[in-house]
Amino acid sequence: MTPEALTGGFTNAATDAAIAFRAALEAMARPGTLHRMAGVIPPAPLSPAAGALLLTLADTTTPVHLAGAVDCPAVRDWITFHTGAPFAPADQADFAVGGWAALQPLTRFRIGQPDYPDRSTTLIVELPALSTTGATLRGPGIRYTAQLSLPEIAAFRANRALFPLGFDCYFTSGDTLAALPRSTLVEEA
Amino acid sequence: MSDYNFAYLDEQTKRMIRRAILKGIAVPGYQVPFASREMPMPYGWGTGGVQVTAACLTPDDRLKVIDQGADDTTNAVSIRKFFQRSAGVAVTEATAEATVIQTRHRIPETPLCEGQILVYQVPIPEPLRFLEPRETETRKMHELEEYGLMHVKLYEDIARHGTIATAYAYPVKVEERYVMDPSPIPKFDNPKLSDNPAIQLFGAGREQRIYALPPYTQVVSLDFEDHPFEASKAPHDCDLCGAGDSYLDEVITDDRGSRMYVCSDTDFCAGRRAAGHVGRLGQPGAAE
Repeated sequence: MTPEALTGGFTNAATDAAIAFRAALEAMARPGTLHRMAGVIPPAPLSPAAGALLLTLADTTTPVHLAGAVDCPAVRDWITFHTGAPFAPADQADFAVGGWAALQPLTRFRIGQPDYPDRSTTLIVELPALSTTGATLRGPGIRYTAQLSLPEIAAFRANRALFPLGFDCYFTSGDTLAALPRSTLVEEA
Repeated sequence: MSDYNFAYLDEQTKRMIRRAILKGIAVPGYQVPFASREMPMPYGWGTGGVQVTAACLTPDDRLKVIDQGADDTTNAVSIRKFFQRSAGVAVTEATAEATVIQTRHRIPETPLCEGQILVYQVPIPEPLRFLEPRETETRKMHELEEYGLMHVKLYEDIARHGTIATAYAYPVKVEERYVMDPSPIPKFDNPKLSDNPAIQLFGAGREQRIYALPPYTQVVSLDFEDHPFEASKAPHDCDLCGAGDSYLDEVITDDRGSRMYVCSDTDFCAGRRAAGHVGRLGQPGAAE
């Protein structure tokens, strides 16, 4: 473990995590809205938003799966030091982090059980950019419609068809955060 | 500040509750199990709501706590003081100024807005529990969307009383999927559950369940075509502020049958009186 792994966490864990959680809650409760998620400086290539999300939600009880470029020693050491979360293969993970291509195929991730739909994976998808343009979103949390720059549409339509099963997604880019719960209907723009 | 962690709970517990809240938001109306903690108050006094509030609070929040609509009753006062001491947050009695509102059995009369969180204290989260005591069975019923038993219960109300007699904790269906207990709010409040701009979170401490309604979620009170749902209230106006559209408490005023009706939402009533509205027994200019 390098000394860099010990730095970059929340300055004041209790209040910083509380503020970060409120951003994560608003994002998940209002799909298609962008939120600032800051306060941590994780090692590259992990984005500050994804890092803050992990420090807010992950701990020793939640296996994390790293996919693609973020699966590197610097990121592993940083997550281990700051959260203690164990690393796991895709089919056992509570949280999976990576680029959209690296996370494929999505069928590897848990979608919950019919009697316990909450036992599912939350994907943290690292994107080059995030904006409120693109696919049209409808459903709980959205008054009329919303727009979000999703990496594709078919995967989320298939996921919605599984409701109440399915995975939930956070999208991160730099210190910007958005979310797409399994309940959202996704249509072409 | 006291020597406790911010908002009393330790960080590991808050993370666990926060994960449960997010799952609840993603599956509206589904009861997410969580590892409820012992709180420094007895079960039945809002331990579920307090844990959800503790997991949501930030130092910048302004907290309002109501008990049956009132800001000044024992439960509300003690929970408000608890968070003043353990989180150092600002508090208010004005619905419009609050960012987080913890409530026992009422939804405020003043419409909520985006950016607000309403936290309900829930005694029995399972709407089917009094019809089917086994958790394994009710879980299966939710899985299969087998809600016929609930309609039988409402039908038996009609057969016995001529109308649906359920007046509080009136069951609702969320986004055409899960039947949910809205906590023991009067059915007068049920229409406010639907399409609400605020985030609504429900915490049941003893029963270890958290569930949620994201903003603008469609919530329908169960009913029949020939016996449609009706949001009922006492057929009076508030005797203090004269409001005809707010939920009323009946107050017995002597031992010869005299009574008065007053708004159950104390902030709403005080606001109306301050604005000059006077009811049957109110005195002009009496509002503090």
